[in-house]
Amino acid sequence: MTLASLAVVWPLLAAVALAGTTSLRARRAADVVAIASAAAVAGLCLALALRTADQPVVAWLGGWRPRGGVALGIDFFAEPLSAGLAAFAAGLTVAALVVAWHQVDTAGHIFHALVLAFLAGMVGFCLAGDLFTAFVFFELMSVSAYALAGFRVAQRSPIEGSLNFAVTNSIGSMMLLIGIALLYGRTGALNLAQIGQALAGRPADTLVAVAFALIACGFFVKAAIIPFHFWMADAYAVAPTAICLLFAGAMSELGLYGIARVYWEAFAGALEPNAEAVRGVLIALGLATALVGGVMCAAQRHLKRLVAFATVAHMGILLCGVALLSADALAGVAVFVVGDGLVKASLFVSVGALEHRRSSVDEVALYGRGRDLRALGVVFAIAGLGLAALPPFGPFLGRAMIEDAATHEGLWWVSPVLVVASALVGGAVLRVVRTVFLGRGPVPPRHPACFEADVEEQPQRGRSPAPTIVTGTVLLALGLAWGLVPGVLDAATRAAARFTDHGAYAATVLRRAAAAVPAPPGVPPTTAAWLYGFASAGLAVALAFLRTVPEGPLATLHSGRIGDYVAWTAVGAAAVAAVFALTLA
Amino acid sequence: VSVLAYLVAVWLFVIGIYGVVTSRHLVHLVTCLAVAQASTYVLLLGIGYRSHAQAPIFGDIPTSTPVVDPVVQSLTLTDVVVGATVTALLLSLAVQAHKRFGSVDPDDLNALRG
Repeated sequence: MTLASLAVVWPLLAAVALAGTTSLRARRAADVVAIASAAAVAGLCLALALRTADQPVVAWLGGWRPRGGVALGIDFFAEPLSAGLAAFAAGLTVAALVVAWHQVDTAGHIFHALVLAFLAGMVGFCLAGDLFTAFVFFELMSVSAYALAGFRVAQRSPIEGSLNFAVTNSIGSMMLLIGIALLYGRTGALNLAQIGQALAGRPADTLVAVAFALIACGFFVKAAIIPFHFWMADAYAVAPTAICLLFAGAMSELGLYGIARVYWEAFAGALEPNAEAVRGVLIALGLATALVGGVMCAAQRHLKRLVAFATVAHMGILLCGVALLSADALAGVAVFVVGDGLVKASLFVSVGALEHRRSSVDEVALYGRGRDLRALGVVFAIAGLGLAALPPFGPFLGRAMIEDAATHEGLWWVSPVLVVASALVGGAVLRVVRTVFLGRGPVPPRHPACFEADVEEQPQRGRSPAPTIVTGTVLLALGLAWGLVPGVLDAATRAAARFTDHGAYAATVLRRAAAAVPAPPGVPPTTAAWLYGFASAGLAVALAFLRTVPEGPLATLHSGRIGDYVAWTAVGAAAVAAVFALTLA
Repeated sequence: VSVLAYLVAVWLFVIGIYGVVTSRHLVHLVTCLAVAQASTYVLLLGIGYRSHAQAPIFGDIPTSTPVVDPVVQSLTLTDVVVGATVTALLLSLAVQAHKRFGSVDPDDLNALRG
């Protein structure tokens, strides 16, 4: 069995074993098995990413190799970006399980089994080279995620949050499947390389444009792009902290990975003549998402929702990077995903620790009550500055690469918008440091509809467990240090160049040809990008002194009603499909 | 295959989404979601359909017989399994909602706002 298959099968088998032995209630044994499995998957994927640095690996399941350039079987395709993302997801899973060690009432081994099934879905989705296989793993990941979000069913809000999450995301999956079905009807193929070959060479027609729109919208729902993002804050607010860390750090990013993979490998040949139109639509969505996410983030008083909207804002930044449709920007996206994902994960762990100590996640109720939690306050402050893209840390490096790529394409106005979005997010986190940990300055207004005091997990107070604090600090340190690791720039640029070369992809998959891809060296951030980084960090510090940013009519749109969310999803999908059908065909 | 199958698929999807948007009962909502999901079954089977062709089981028919596309049939089966999983999960959440909120009207679920 190849490394790629093993990385998917192992967590699935471990999940089955744990689910089957749940009546034993051997909590600690389950913890150990789950952490060891996730760590093993992380190691396998990391080995895969390193081994494929020069040449991707294609594993045909059951030995069904392509005959005469036609893919008959199903393949796992491993190259540094896909295997690296899988390794990152597995690494965060280890962190989540360590945090869950003391925090979650796991109902026997069910929690561990779900987390491992979730991991198997993520890894399988990253590696799948076949659209329908990718869809099945995507669904495995989604369904496990619905169950994990609503894990604390004894309380009211997790039920509502999980319902919103499951219904909206199911509709997203349906759109994805309809898009895949249309593509299959047109090309008779499910393999990405095969589809790319069938579509290339002639201009796209309405069917191809609509199929692309539906697949993109399906992934937009998962990636929480406006107006498909409403479920996200609800799901994050109610999920156990350990799970939020996984959702924010890995799951949403996989939605964007799906868009990038499908665009480059399947559609690029057909849509390249109209790349300007694709770019325009995606950048508009990305900028809108970044700004709305930033404003909503700065307006939150519920700390978990605050970090959830920070995720929305940063998904917008990432979408801008993907939308530029260039290898340099994609390299920036890859760097940003890791740096930003680690910092956000550490922020979620810190919110969880704060909740554990003070039984609240409401900023107003917590005002000044964190004065004695100095270490936690320092973590919050550094994470806030990191999210505001203070140079030279991880999130800064990724955003700077995206900004430089945008400027290089002549889109100079993208960078200032990204600066404002980052500053709003960082400012919101720094404001929490001011109110909760310093107890200084104006008190935020009480929320008109206060949340139930849904306190997570165990009632006992006292010191936060050491593993939680250590995990949070390690995640933060890794996220900051990510920007300073030598060679990250070059490796990411090289991997992105390979990812975006669809000709080489098709040759590798269908003809087993060792295609050489030029490996450009990474370009360090320009002076302008450094200035943008300092500007957003400075602006964030200034914003921290405000009470809150007024959210205006945006708040009423986030109504918590499933019907509203689904209506927005339908309207958004119709709009995207109409625009693509008019501009691409 | 005639255009009718595609029209049916579109209709099922639209009516299903309409039902989800306007639903006042969680079980009704989940059923509407299943209706929308059914549109994907019709679409997939419609794409693989061939007139005057047999089921793709080559046990007792010559291999030259025209058959409908077996790939979409297996995709549909997988899709049915996925749909059943989601429906089961959502129904169990609906039961929990009835226990905790004492209501199955989505508008009465008001633990989350803004």
